[in-house]
Amino acid sequence: MSVPDRQAPPINVKSLQGGYHGQAVIHDCSMEIQAGEIVVIMGGSGSGKSTFLRHLIGLKEPMQGDVELFGQSLYHVDEFERLKLLKGIGVAFQSGALLSSMTVAQNVALPLIEHTDLDEATIDLIVRMKLDFVGLLGKEDLLPSELSGGMLKRAAVARAIALDPRLTFMDEPSAGLDPVIAAALDDLIIKLKETLGMSVVVVTHELESAFKIADRIVVLDRGYIIFTGTVAELKASPSQRIQNLINRVAEEEEFDPEAHLKRLFGED
Amino acid sequence: MRDHIVQSISHIGAKLNHSIAFIGFTSKTIMAALFILVRGRAKAQPTRLRHLVAEINTAGIDALPIVILMSAMIGVMLAIQGIHSLRIFGAETQVTFGLALSIPREFAPLITGILVAGRSGSQLTSRVGSMRLNGEIDALTVMGISPMRFVVAPSFLALIICLPILVAIANIAAFGAAGLYIDASLGIGPQAYWADILAVVALEDLYHSFSKSLVFAILIGAISIAIGMRVSGGADILGKATTSSVVSCISAIIAADAAFALLL
Repeated sequence: MSVPDRQAPPINVKSLQGGYHGQAVIHDCSMEIQAGEIVVIMGGSGSGKSTFLRHLIGLKEPMQGDVELFGQSLYHVDEFERLKLLKGIGVAFQSGALLSSMTVAQNVALPLIEHTDLDEATIDLIVRMKLDFVGLLGKEDLLPSELSGGMLKRAAVARAIALDPRLTFMDEPSAGLDPVIAAALDDLIIKLKETLGMSVVVVTHELESAFKIADRIVVLDRGYIIFTGTVAELKASPSQRIQNLINRVAEEEEFDPEAHLKRLFGED
Repeated sequence: MRDHIVQSISHIGAKLNHSIAFIGFTSKTIMAALFILVRGRAKAQPTRLRHLVAEINTAGIDALPIVILMSAMIGVMLAIQGIHSLRIFGAETQVTFGLALSIPREFAPLITGILVAGRSGSQLTSRVGSMRLNGEIDALTVMGISPMRFVVAPSFLALIICLPILVAIANIAAFGAAGLYIDASLGIGPQAYWADILAVVALEDLYHSFSKSLVFAILIGAISIAIGMRVSGGADILGKATTSSVVSCISAIIAADAAFALLL
């Protein structure tokens, strides 16, 4: 395996097609993210955001196309090479996905213990620094089950940035949180970019949050990327679909009684 | 009628297909666990000693009291039944021969295997299954940590190490408890009892006991992990998977035991 290319974009998605059980959910999606950029992937429910994210973070082999991390293919390598590449990214899942049998500190320390030769005292110090960064200092000894929703998400962020990755993914970071905590998480994402120079990919359907943090927005609709651009460009887009999305207008499908009956009787 | 037959055949076919897929998945899981145990270090995915020690503690040390208690009870029951049956022929003093032949070859590995399947097998399935449901397996993967080496390989290796040792302890507990009962009821002292046992138990019987325990450990590890890795859905599915794991492990142990009896 070659050494990761420092000049290459943190992530480069090439004509990605993916889905489940041979059924494509993502169609011919391509995008590139530059170093130090916050890119928000938006879309309504069922637009394919979660599936797209699973392809980006190496959890789901695409049907066609490829994902390159730091200039290296994520899928045209064996499992062990892929795991090596994944060490270079951080992922904060929507549910937190902290290891339930470990405390907050042990969760944050896990990537450091597994991937570095640092001594216990140094790891302890780094863990405290990361927890301080996300505002969880003093909560080291709590179990994930003892944390609130907002704390869980912040602990997940602390674990995601434990190894100071160049690229971090966040899945719905502010979903289900009250506005104050959601705003604090948005500030945290901006802080990651500004203080650590990280590239951040955020998957969300929260418009307010997206507009606040995004350098660039990618809109997914029915598995297709229908827009890539800045917040201002998004707001000025003449596309009816984009306007419906940002104005929260439900799209009305043309009603076909015959097709509807077929669906009801399971003949579709 | 014709539709009913077609439906039944299709149902059997689907079940068969499911079973073959499960056997394939289980074999793949064993191979992956073995590969990571042997080649993990070279691939930057070493199995950590501390994880192995923790698993040995759970699967082995924590199981000791119940294994000793159950084996001792089985030993006493065998002694009671043996004396009762042999008394008909006035040969109750020969009970030690029956014990020496049946405990290491049959009862110690079988009882220990079933106990470990019930304890560690179910625990392993529910742990792996809940990790899957909570996204913890995915979280490990994206951290560049192979779930195979972090969760599966230490548990699998711990079972392979612990079960033969537990079976050896079960042998001693069963013989010891049976000896105490025989001493009390027939007046055969410990020296004479152990001399009789050691005269009858051959090295081959111990090898048989050890081989069975090894096969049972592989079956329990592979089945419980494979069922846990296939869990998807909700909490009720996890409950069903845990039950299915115990039933499948015990069935596999009894089938393997029967194969041993027929072939060896």
